[in-house]
Amino acid sequence: MATIELKQVAKKFGDFYAVEPMDMTINDGEFVVLLGPSGCGKTTTLRMISGLETVTSGNILLGGRDVTWRNPSDRDIAFVFQLFALYPHMTARQNIAFPLQAEGASKQVINQRVAEVVELLEIENLLDQRPGGLSGGDRQRVALARALVRRPAAFLMDEPLGALDADFRETMRGEIKRLHIAQHATTVYVTHDQIEAMAMGDKIVVMSNAVIQQIGSPAEVYYDPSNLFVARFIGSPGMNLLTGHYANHKVSFSGLAQYEAPPEWNDALQGALGNEGDVIIGFRPESAHISPEGVLPGEVYAVDIHGSYSVLHVKLASNIEDFDIVHIRADRRITYPIGTQVKFDLDPAMVRFFNPSSEAAI
Amino acid sequence: MARFEETGPRLPVTESIRVDKVRPSSRLFGKLRAALVLILSLILLIPVYVMISTSIKVYNDVVAVPPKITFQPTLQGFVFLLTERAVLTKAQLEELTKNPGELDLPGQVALEAGQQVTGPSDFAFNLKNSLIIAGASTVLSVILGLFAAYAFSRFDVPGKNDLLFFILSTRMLPAVVVTIPLFLMYRALDLHDTYLGMIMLYTVFNLSFSVWLLKGFIDEIPREYEEAALVDGYSRLQAFFKVVLPQAVTGIAATTVFCLIFAWNEYAFALMLTSENARTAPPSIATMLGRGVVEWQAIAAGSVLFLIPVVIITFALRKYLLRGVTFGAIRQ
Repeated sequence: MATIELKQVAKKFGDFYAVEPMDMTINDGEFVVLLGPSGCGKTTTLRMISGLETVTSGNILLGGRDVTWRNPSDRDIAFVFQLFALYPHMTARQNIAFPLQAEGASKQVINQRVAEVVELLEIENLLDQRPGGLSGGDRQRVALARALVRRPAAFLMDEPLGALDADFRETMRGEIKRLHIAQHATTVYVTHDQIEAMAMGDKIVVMSNAVIQQIGSPAEVYYDPSNLFVARFIGSPGMNLLTGHYANHKVSFSGLAQYEAPPEWNDALQGALGNEGDVIIGFRPESAHISPEGVLPGEVYAVDIHGSYSVLHVKLASNIEDFDIVHIRADRRITYPIGTQVKFDLDPAMVRFFNPSSEAAI
Repeated sequence: MARFEETGPRLPVTESIRVDKVRPSSRLFGKLRAALVLILSLILLIPVYVMISTSIKVYNDVVAVPPKITFQPTLQGFVFLLTERAVLTKAQLEELTKNPGELDLPGQVALEAGQQVTGPSDFAFNLKNSLIIAGASTVLSVILGLFAAYAFSRFDVPGKNDLLFFILSTRMLPAVVVTIPLFLMYRALDLHDTYLGMIMLYTVFNLSFSVWLLKGFIDEIPREYEEAALVDGYSRLQAFFKVVLPQAVTGIAATTVFCLIFAWNEYAFALMLTSENARTAPPSIATMLGRGVVEWQAIAAGSVLFLIPVVIITFALRKYLLRGVTFGAIRQ
């Protein structure tokens, strides 16, 4: 097992940066998820770590060893592909044994190691089948077995659950997490699915436009997004963002209502904006509470039933042209017909502020 | 509760349609189609039938009008094809007819036509030349084509599209056009009438075809397979042999057959660029037309012998061919 370090690693395709120079350290035994929309550079980053893609500049260290210009085969890593990439002309057993044959392991060692991973993944009954005859989940298990059998320094996984059915995805998510806990292997996992990222990652690296937006634990990226992109991207729906104005310890929402800024807001705002300035206020749907005494008025625009709770789309009673819609989590037992006038309050501890020009968190 | 029930299945599924219980009209259509295919293939096989039957007729039966449907089969065509003979005088003929038992089988067949075998013809030698030249050039063009196609498919070769077009452009003019310049070049380089010259020529000529065809097949193989092999600890070359090659078998087989058929059947170059040492079968069959009486039965026998190797190889590779010619249409 090993630490992975990226130092100023960048990838250019022509004049276009697929990954802008980035620094990242993945600790020994950590499960790191690279999360971002498609085309953000997360898969390119993973492929650079694996050596399948060369770097344009920068260095990659694996367990302290500089592997920047090493072949993938010299890096002691295992890669799990989105479409599994099981060799179609080999049986599951041959697929799993294939990496060991590359090392020139003896037949005895191969049989023993294959038997170990097969037991771990409970795939005894699949061994003599070709990949073509296996279901998506079973293919993924065989692909995981092929990755595990070598006992590599690190596992790299490129959306390994992307090609599976929704219900199966959940099962495999649990299995991969269980394997990680059992093996305690350094793992880099690429996905665009934030639920997967939140559920599996020790650490989440949010990427967008070839740049790392934030590195943090799942709770950190959820509660303390470092900028507007992360705030919008994480959570479903994402964070509510309203333009407001801060002046004299008060926050006003686009001429809608004034809020006496509670002390915990004040210090941060004062520090960033001085006495007065525009600000973007962000809050999660569960941080807003509908109540008759609420300060912010609005009208119910749509309702999503999520089962254990409902999400109200509330159109703010704003007199400005660009009306804002916020999402508010509400009790499932109360029905809000469309058009209902509601009032809500914000939980001051759960509100975050962003600088409108730099888009960074305050 | 009521709402929930409404969304359930309204009617239980009680019957299913078996695939063999299709409507009679569509079954009839299937039979008609089969009959049509049968008739078409019979029509297409008529020349083959004429060729084979001609090869086992005697000369008089070949030129008979109307054509003979029933006849006494004979080896005359094959004997004439494979031997040089002399016409016997009347005295010689009478003498030999007295004790035909002393003659071997070709001799007896020749005797029936009033001829005597004087030695073997060049045809067997020409057939051997064809086998060597077509075989070697096919193997070479498929191997070289495979590596070139892999490189074009997987790597950023500078000027890739121009190179591919350039390779294809060697096919853009008819062979006959370049035979004269080639003839002069080959004479100057001492490649005229040599195996090396013919193998090189057919290899280069087939290469454009094999590169393009194989590139199509290799493009179809996802890169992930090789990448998986690369991270599994194999070199690029090992990955090529262990992972790409087994999956490209279909394409390789199809390309082999097409290259072989071209090299085997090629006529114009062979006629111009070979004379004795490296003469292949196609021009040698055709030159039989020039010697006095046209021995149709011998020409037909030559064509039959000439067809056999290609038929065997095509037949052996037919299961790959069927998938091969429809490549791109079916995934996996």
